[in-house]
Amino acid sequence: MCETCGCNITPGNEHLARQKNSQGQDAVTVLKNLLGANDQVASHNREHFDLHGVLALNLMSSPGSGKTLLLEATIEALKHKFRIAVIEGDLETENDAARIRAKGVPAVQITTGSACHLDAHMVHDALHHMKLADIDILFIENVGNLVCPASFDLGQHRNITLLSVTEGDDKPAKYPVMFRAADLVLLTKTDLLPALDDFDPDRAEHYLRQLANPAPVLRLSAKTKDGLDAWFDWLRQELLTQRQRARHGQSLRPAIQSDGARMHAEMAAHHSSPATSEKHPRYREA
Amino acid sequence: MHELSVCQALISQVEDIARQHQAEGIRHIIVRIGPLSGVEPELLIQAFPLASAGTVAQDSQLIIERLPIRVHCESCGADTDAELNKLVCGACGDWHTKLLSGDEMLLASVELAKTENSYV
Repeated sequence: MCETCGCNITPGNEHLARQKNSQGQDAVTVLKNLLGANDQVASHNREHFDLHGVLALNLMSSPGSGKTLLLEATIEALKHKFRIAVIEGDLETENDAARIRAKGVPAVQITTGSACHLDAHMVHDALHHMKLADIDILFIENVGNLVCPASFDLGQHRNITLLSVTEGDDKPAKYPVMFRAADLVLLTKTDLLPALDDFDPDRAEHYLRQLANPAPVLRLSAKTKDGLDAWFDWLRQELLTQRQRARHGQSLRPAIQSDGARMHAEMAAHHSSPATSEKHPRYREA
Repeated sequence: MHELSVCQALISQVEDIARQHQAEGIRHIIVRIGPLSGVEPELLIQAFPLASAGTVAQDSQLIIERLPIRVHCESCGADTDAELNKLVCGACGDWHTKLLSGDEMLLASVELAKTENSYV
């Protein structure tokens, strides 16, 4: 969908993008997003999700922050209310998929070999092993890595970034690309906070706001179940709005590409109605 | 870490452009990268010879233009420069800002080499 429109041009860089070649050489100005092929497949994935009313969520964090444990607790609590499925991304092993399947929901494992992130093609291949018509919420557990997963759109509707309290509370400042892409930040393993004197949840949130990110921050422990209700409420609300959007033929891209999506919406304004969510004004219907 | 795959996507797009314009070679490839794109220019430069080997771009030069981080403040209206991990307004300090520039990863232009007697 972003093949030719140059949707990565923003008001700030437009003057650079339009520069002419003064030497009169045979230069072709292209202005293509370097991840164009990935983004095309991501849009394709998103169309499949929307067609089936599936809410697709991308979970990102460093290794060991508790993504799989959170999914286990979430499945246990919600599997009788919603049909849940999981795509697991790891460099090696089926371990995480096996843990999810043990909870009674379908899970597809993607082993990336040495690749540090999931991309839209891998997720597309995994979707061939799933029945989207039987799914309400699809969790995509990305490779544990706070760097690369933030750069690749998978077709998800929302990005969720986990930060465990055993890591530094300055992680958002150290990994700005990742935390800028978050639509929701979960501070996990909060049951350990009393034992730690160097993690201040307020400070973690402060560093997140310094990235101009208004995303909600929820504090929880998948082990003790503290704080899980707010997470479940967020999931219910997101599923509801996703179904409403899907009914109206609209979609949602995560924060990761908000600026490109905005330009795209403006350029497409003459043949569609790029409605803006009032609740989250930085998101645009793509 | 993922710069090789980004570079392969770059070469693939450059090959398409060369084909469309019946070019015999590529002189320069200009890409524009913002610090918030998640791509390291130095790693992209290292990956370039590997990704371009055996392609129409193998003798070309990769030129990277680094874009600044600029934000627009929704509170005071100012447009200011910002830092990678501090995207707050440079004028009033508020964090309710929108990114104007800095997360780009653009193939900006390609300089093609064509011969006079091309019959393609």
